[in-house]
Amino acid sequence: MQRLRRTMMFVPGNNPAMMQDAFLYGPDSIMLDLEDSVTMAEKDAARLLVHNALKTIDYGNTEMVVRINPLNTPYGKKDIEAVVKAGVDVIRMPKTETADEVREVEAEIEKVEKELGCLGRTQIMAAIESTLGVVNAYEIAIASKRMMGIALGAEDYCANLKTQRSPEGNELLLARQTIVVAARAAGIDALDTVYSNLNDMETFRKEVELIKQLGFDGKSIINPRQIEIVNEVFAPKQKDIEKATAIIAAIKEAEKRGSGVIAVNGKMVDRPVVIRAQRTINLAIASGILKEEDIL
Amino acid sequence: MSNIKERKAMVETVAQKMGKSVFNENVAPKVTTPRMEYQKESSKVVSLQDAIRLSGLKDGMTISFHHHFRGGDKVVNMVVDELAKMGFKNLHVAASSLQDVHKPLIEHIKNGVITKISTSGLRGELANEISKGLMDEPVVFRSHGGRGSAIATGELHIDVAFLGAPSSDPLGNACGYSRSENAKSICGSLGYALPDAQYADKVVIITDDLVAYPNTPNSISERNVDFVVVVDSVGDSSKIASGAIRDTKNPRDILLAQLAAKVIINSGYFKDGFSIQTGSGGASLAAVKFIKDEMIKQNIKASFALGGITSHMVQLHQEGLIERLIDVQSFDKVAAESIKTDPMHKEVSANEYASADECGSATHYLDMVILSALEVDVNFNVNVLVGSDGIIRGAIGGHPDTAADSALSIIVCPLLRGRIPCVVDEVTTLITPGSSIDVVVTEYGIAVNPRRPEIAQRLKEAGLKIVDIKELKEKADKMIGKAAPLPFKDKVVGVVMNRDGSVLDVIKNIG
Repeated sequence: MQRLRRTMMFVPGNNPAMMQDAFLYGPDSIMLDLEDSVTMAEKDAARLLVHNALKTIDYGNTEMVVRINPLNTPYGKKDIEAVVKAGVDVIRMPKTETADEVREVEAEIEKVEKELGCLGRTQIMAAIESTLGVVNAYEIAIASKRMMGIALGAEDYCANLKTQRSPEGNELLLARQTIVVAARAAGIDALDTVYSNLNDMETFRKEVELIKQLGFDGKSIINPRQIEIVNEVFAPKQKDIEKATAIIAAIKEAEKRGSGVIAVNGKMVDRPVVIRAQRTINLAIASGILKEEDIL
Repeated sequence: MSNIKERKAMVETVAQKMGKSVFNENVAPKVTTPRMEYQKESSKVVSLQDAIRLSGLKDGMTISFHHHFRGGDKVVNMVVDELAKMGFKNLHVAASSLQDVHKPLIEHIKNGVITKISTSGLRGELANEISKGLMDEPVVFRSHGGRGSAIATGELHIDVAFLGAPSSDPLGNACGYSRSENAKSICGSLGYALPDAQYADKVVIITDDLVAYPNTPNSISERNVDFVVVVDSVGDSSKIASGAIRDTKNPRDILLAQLAAKVIINSGYFKDGFSIQTGSGGASLAAVKFIKDEMIKQNIKASFALGGITSHMVQLHQEGLIERLIDVQSFDKVAAESIKTDPMHKEVSANEYASADECGSATHYLDMVILSALEVDVNFNVNVLVGSDGIIRGAIGGHPDTAADSALSIIVCPLLRGRIPCVVDEVTTLITPGSSIDVVVTEYGIAVNPRRPEIAQRLKEAGLKIVDIKELKEKADKMIGKAAPLPFKDKVVGVVMNRDGSVLDVIKNIG
């Protein structure tokens, strides 16, 4: 089953209590942060803490991501070494502007993986947080076969754009669409930026509805209270589930007959429809609407 | 012919035979003072010192207090200070509970004014000192229902009850609120004071709002009241009851609340006409919100909510989702105001609330209760009184009463509080026996008492993660390691009474 990334929850890499509890709230991915939420004085301590958290805490099936410091800081390389050694699933690069930056990170990861004898284990995702990054989005998305997704970081991007965020988010439309298109063209995931006002869940919900409609796979979040809303918005409608279930049943039926042609209600089913049906089923299972055994 | 004059001799003869006197109209002449004036002359209204003197209180006797003024209470300290000044010694303080604010009792224990305490709870500095061995005689801890029973049966005999009231008339009709313009404080229900009012030999009402007769509808009746003492203030109103308790934003509490609500909804007891009690903790209150959503969705209404009543329950009642509120203690100002104005919001005594030996007590008709815990052990025993450091820091409250009497008792507690595990091998102090606990909800999974396999089955079918309670304990151990044993010494500083009057456990002093 393809991994869902509806929610990627930011957890400061210097907060042991939150690191321990984070997975209980059921985010699809947890992003332990070594970058912006950790002060210079705490970089080393946080790196050690994140390393040990990855090694000792049972995060179940949650995808574990670590946001490292950029390689042009004294911390970036050490971050990569520490988290790759701890078996992180994904390294998230902050403020990515060019494909070369991705390749540099890839080289560092490879160095550590070779040492460990686990070449190719670690995936990369890049946060795009500047106008240059948006312009280069597709190049970044295809810079490495390790790339699993690109994400928008809207705060820095807006500053770069000489504007600020609005509730409607018109200023982000081009960046969002560019990122989704680049991700889709590269065959990887697209993740939206955070929404920081925890007292305004209504605007948050509208933003999630918007980015879902734009085609994003999910959203970066900063608090467990945001998870339920994202999951609700991303939960497939009953009608779509019924359709998807019928398609999957037809595939099974066709397989049984040894036929390559799939038909539902007498109509041929195209490959994109099959892919969408599979994603609908995955979402329905993740949302608790369907049980895995229901579609077996 | 027969007239009064003629019959006089016969009346005298009959009276003599009956051992009675003959009516004399001059003995009780008609009082013609306007009644607003007359009631002010009530002989019950006296100073605190006179009330104590006239009550006949002697050294070694038992005095009682209620805790409806919570952290704002001034009555206990005021009365005990006065008793100390008057030279009393060796008194037994039987309070429904004691709080941080009662720290001055430490001095009165040291100087021998107080030598014995019975209560439901102890907190703060007083609890610290007692835990370390301040008193020679162990503190006797009872649940709210247990205290009500002990008072009714005479096991806990109260000589003089000093009961604070936000309003009283000169005859002693007293309430947990006031309808006058001078109202200073409001606590709502006076449920924990009602057994004292009914059974104590002498009852002194202490109020800061003396209102005109009749102060009806009343909680405490003038028939039970001997004296009324008017003081400047019975308590700090901001600490007695502040507005509605705020909703938690703590994600872990919300998660626990969601799980608790799912347990309730899928327990088999979530049916039209069900009854429920919840605590005032963040997770309990948040659970009410989730239960409410489901009640609306399934068109289910509750017949009553019991216990400490909160603004959340009042809201559900006002929206027609809960028919009646049965209130032994109003947890916030909204609940206190509601009891004042809404006849379907009923005040009950501790006995009517939770006595084990009264078949009519409300807990016996309770479907579900959500309770908290400091510790739960692998046998489902619960401790809500003594901290994991061996220091007394809580209150038994209605915990064992509601757990035992309800059809389904649900404990909600995090697996860990910081570095302190809440699921342990054995509770530090046994308060509620595991035989009365049905479900334990933690953020790491839900454990169901093996005595209730049908509940486990229903919850599993609803897709909830059911785990063995031993697994939870092992998980906690794995995450934070094993705690060193507590350095308890050999003096017994507390005795925990079961609600039926038997002895459940003892608390030893800690160094």
